[in-house]
Amino acid sequence: MNSAPILQAAIEYRRAGFTLNAEFTLRSRWTVLFGASGAGKTTLLRILAGLTQPSTGNIRLGVTQLLDTSRRQTLPPGQRKIGFVLQQAALFPHLTATENIGFGLNQWKRATREARTEELLNLFEIESLAGRKPRQLSGGERQRVALAQALAPRPELLLLDEPFNALDAPTRASVIEKLRATAVPVLFVSHSLADAWQINADAILLEDGHIAAQGPTRTILARQREQLLAQLGE
Amino acid sequence: MDLQALSVTLRLAAVTTLILLVVAIPLAAWIVSTRSRLRAPVEAITTLPILLPPTVLGFYLLVLLGPRTSLGRAWIHLTGHPLAFTFTGLVVGSIIYSLPFAVQPIVAGFSSIDTTFIEQARLLGASRLRVLRSVLLPLSTRSIGAAALLCFTHTVGEFGVVLMVGGDIPGATRTLSIAIYDQVQDFAYAAANRTALLLVLISITSLIILYAWRGAYFGAHHE
Repeated sequence: MNSAPILQAAIEYRRAGFTLNAEFTLRSRWTVLFGASGAGKTTLLRILAGLTQPSTGNIRLGVTQLLDTSRRQTLPPGQRKIGFVLQQAALFPHLTATENIGFGLNQWKRATREARTEELLNLFEIESLAGRKPRQLSGGERQRVALAQALAPRPELLLLDEPFNALDAPTRASVIEKLRATAVPVLFVSHSLADAWQINADAILLEDGHIAAQGPTRTILARQREQLLAQLGE
Repeated sequence: MDLQALSVTLRLAAVTTLILLVVAIPLAAWIVSTRSRLRAPVEAITTLPILLPPTVLGFYLLVLLGPRTSLGRAWIHLTGHPLAFTFTGLVVGSIIYSLPFAVQPIVAGFSSIDTTFIEQARLLGASRLRVLRSVLLPLSTRSIGAAALLCFTHTVGEFGVVLMVGGDIPGATRTLSIAIYDQVQDFAYAAANRTALLLVLISITSLIILYAWRGAYFGAHHE
């Protein structure tokens, strides 16, 4: 099956001895960006989100051109319809969970904004945390609020930069299940083979700033799995 | 006690502090966010009043505000009198003299905010103004409070610029520090002592508030 592309990107980024050269198309609802530390995963996500400017690049999300350096065209981060959740949830410390979730909805009518916030509080089962500030939340609770915040403006793509590292296995499975329920395409960074394997989606293997392979997780990461199993068997 | 001088001093410090906060907050936001080549010269100019002798600053202000410059002539044309030796002229001098005391703490406050929060706000569609209003300002209240306190206290204690730009007009430009100078000139040491003690009290109270804030801040962040 060859579904319509969700995202098409061709990026070159050079900085201080590091070169990221990536050309890929996302077609699957879930794609794992897999690679060792320093391979360029976070840089790639930051470029897609518009937080880092590549040397050259062309990025298209659905029918929207996000970046075309040949035409000096770039959309600012807030207009890209991309949600981004980091490993350490970037919740505004002076705002409650509800205010954090609604931060990106300030242009919405009040009733619509409140309904959307309520919907996300329910989805992530964090209604009881609505009035709490980030310092009153556990790591797992913060990550759920951060996901709700990123999803609130109805992004067309969600970028997750290892956001579940601090979560225990049952919480992680529950959060992934809830994310799947939202139907928003996800590009999920991981250097954990177990995570990538369990999610069973498409995978992009990034090695030293280059895409080494792309395809179904269980095909692309089979070699890494064999190596891990061999290590465990020793 | 020269109550007129006390009133002029407190009014001058309050007006200067208010105007400086309005000027320094956007200026500090620009300094921490810009990549412009103008950043270094702008920072240098805002810091200059710390290094310059107040009389040098006062002299140039006196020239700038007087009828020798087009700015001074324009002011005279509009108001019918020169800016020098008026309360308004004193406010202009105090603003320039205390500018670093407003800008530096706010720049430090804004710079200490984790850039992740600013990026997150931008990802969620916030404009530069909303980032300032909804992220930078609420997360820098202590720095802004410190800037306000430093500006107020610094203005209360200024002498050189006040004397050069404002002269010594009772009820208009004579501040507490000028009053002390006058009292000493008149050998009224007891009166000078009372006025000086008042200035010491204002300064020490401000510093106690400042350090108590800082203590409360660090205490709250090390629980």
